[in-house]
Amino acid sequence: MPSRTTRTTGGTGPVAITKTAPQDSGERADPGWGRGRGTDPGRDTGTDPAKEEGRHLNSALLLTLLLLTAVMFQDPIRGSLAAPVMQSWMTVFVAVMVQALPFLVLGVLLSAAIAVFVPPSFFARALPKHPALAVPVAGAAGAVLPGCECASVPVAGALVRRGVTPAAALAFLLSAPAINPIVLTATAVAFPGNPEMVLARFGASLLVACAMGWLWHRLGRTDWLRPPARASYEGQGKGAAFANSVRHDVTHAGGYLVIGAMAAATLKAVVPADWLGLAAGHPVLSVLVLAVLAVLLSICSEADAFVAASLTQFSLTARLTFLVVGPMIDLKLFAMQAGTFGRAFALRFAPATFALAVVVSALTGTVLL
Amino acid sequence: MNRLAQTALLFLLGATLLHAGTTDLYLRYVKEGLRPLVLLAGAVLIATAAATLWYDRRATPASAHDGASRASAPAHDHDHHREPRVSWLLTLPVLALILVAPPALGSYSASHTGTALTKPFGFPALPAGDTPLRLAVADYAGRAVYDDGRALRGRALKITGFVSLDRDGTPYLVRMGLNCCAADAQPVKIALSGDIPPVLRPDTWLEVTGTYTPRRTKDPVNNGPIPYLEVTTARPVPTPHDPYDETWNT
Repeated sequence: MPSRTTRTTGGTGPVAITKTAPQDSGERADPGWGRGRGTDPGRDTGTDPAKEEGRHLNSALLLTLLLLTAVMFQDPIRGSLAAPVMQSWMTVFVAVMVQALPFLVLGVLLSAAIAVFVPPSFFARALPKHPALAVPVAGAAGAVLPGCECASVPVAGALVRRGVTPAAALAFLLSAPAINPIVLTATAVAFPGNPEMVLARFGASLLVACAMGWLWHRLGRTDWLRPPARASYEGQGKGAAFANSVRHDVTHAGGYLVIGAMAAATLKAVVPADWLGLAAGHPVLSVLVLAVLAVLLSICSEADAFVAASLTQFSLTARLTFLVVGPMIDLKLFAMQAGTFGRAFALRFAPATFALAVVVSALTGTVLL
Repeated sequence: MNRLAQTALLFLLGATLLHAGTTDLYLRYVKEGLRPLVLLAGAVLIATAAATLWYDRRATPASAHDGASRASAPAHDHDHHREPRVSWLLTLPVLALILVAPPALGSYSASHTGTALTKPFGFPALPAGDTPLRLAVADYAGRAVYDDGRALRGRALKITGFVSLDRDGTPYLVRMGLNCCAADAQPVKIALSGDIPPVLRPDTWLEVTGTYTPRRTKDPVNNGPIPYLEVTTARPVPTPHDPYDETWNT
């Protein structure tokens, strides 16, 4: 099997690689862990087909070697991870992965279904022609995707690739994790004494999602979005195309999910909770602190209401901010957005979303809570 | 990472999820309700890996040698610049789960997080009887703090949790509450007084028998209320089937 795969690809590969290597997004996502850099000798192979062949063989071989080495040295590895901080870090890391992967897989299946089975003309008919009108429709459609934020990124990516105007796809991306029935029910359960919290969360999230969609429609430039270049699955059967799309999205978005999970675990294990109490008394500061905390903790949107409910020293408005910001932008999402839409996009989109979400939820909180 | 390595990685990831879901391993990380989803995700990943291999086999036989496979060549071609090395990171959760399988959150997180006791909706009547009454950590703490221990006075109580020591060595009996996954786990703590075992090691699971006492303290981390329990006996017990308390605020 390996040699067969190698041969099929050897002849056509080199040109594509040398042309596109600089924009490879693995490049930027690979800063400190050494794994990619150390283990990928294909990086500076030239256009020589013979070397190319070596590279393809190596990728699978290296995975095997890596796993075997890890198994051989499992005792030293375990020993070095025995400190309580490391244990707690790993538990949270694994927990975020185990919790998020099923939702990622769900989103990836949906996105593969959109890419393979839904013709582009469907979206052209389903959404209003004018982008400014398509935005609220797409935002409200977010209510039907019952999952957390990991599912919405691949789906939004698939929508853009199927020709949905980016403004509408982005409104969907932001609203889906926050306003679906599961999340709203969880919010109602977590705040039994404050049913207005559910309404405030729904309203503020939908408002931010639509506002970001319109903002993108007015100011956004297509060249910030990574061109939706993507294997056109035309030449293949539907089954092969579906499997390819799932494989691509899981390995791709999953890698970014790992980065996000590592960041979230680091913050959860290292940052002491005491300093939270210091900010709780100040009305403006408390809103900002909880907004930043939502970004750093990267909690699943189905669970964040319970965490917010336990932050009793903070005002309801500050906790609403936590609930609105969290599903729209956090470390995990930022990494995944950068992977799906490109870094130029994520660097502009994330801060704007953050600022808008904070302002809107502070205003909503003042009016409703 | 090429197509074959990716397929292998998908298979490994799926097998790891299935392994975690079919044993009690997943309970260290996520709530019990996620089990079907974890198993489903594992099955989907394995099926995808199998399907990729199968379609590759079907696409190649006609051109096994010169690689002129029309069906899969464009996809291969594409893979090279669309599959970034970030995929390698997916080996980390596989290795972490298979090799290390880190334990459920314990005393380290408990001592760094404030008690997350919130006022319960109500206080259902407790079963009457002379035998010691089994209570969850959060149930005892909720009744002791918000109901002034009304239903608890004069009864022997049995509570299971793990030991956590704060910075100056005060022992607490703790249970972590869970809503979704360990990233949102929060502790509820009970302080111990009375006949405490002389040597307490953090993370030991104890079944404590004791009685209600109105004495209270504040959590040094977040000033949350922590009730005391007057201990009469304490015996070590194995880690429960589900180390987290999943009932306390649902």
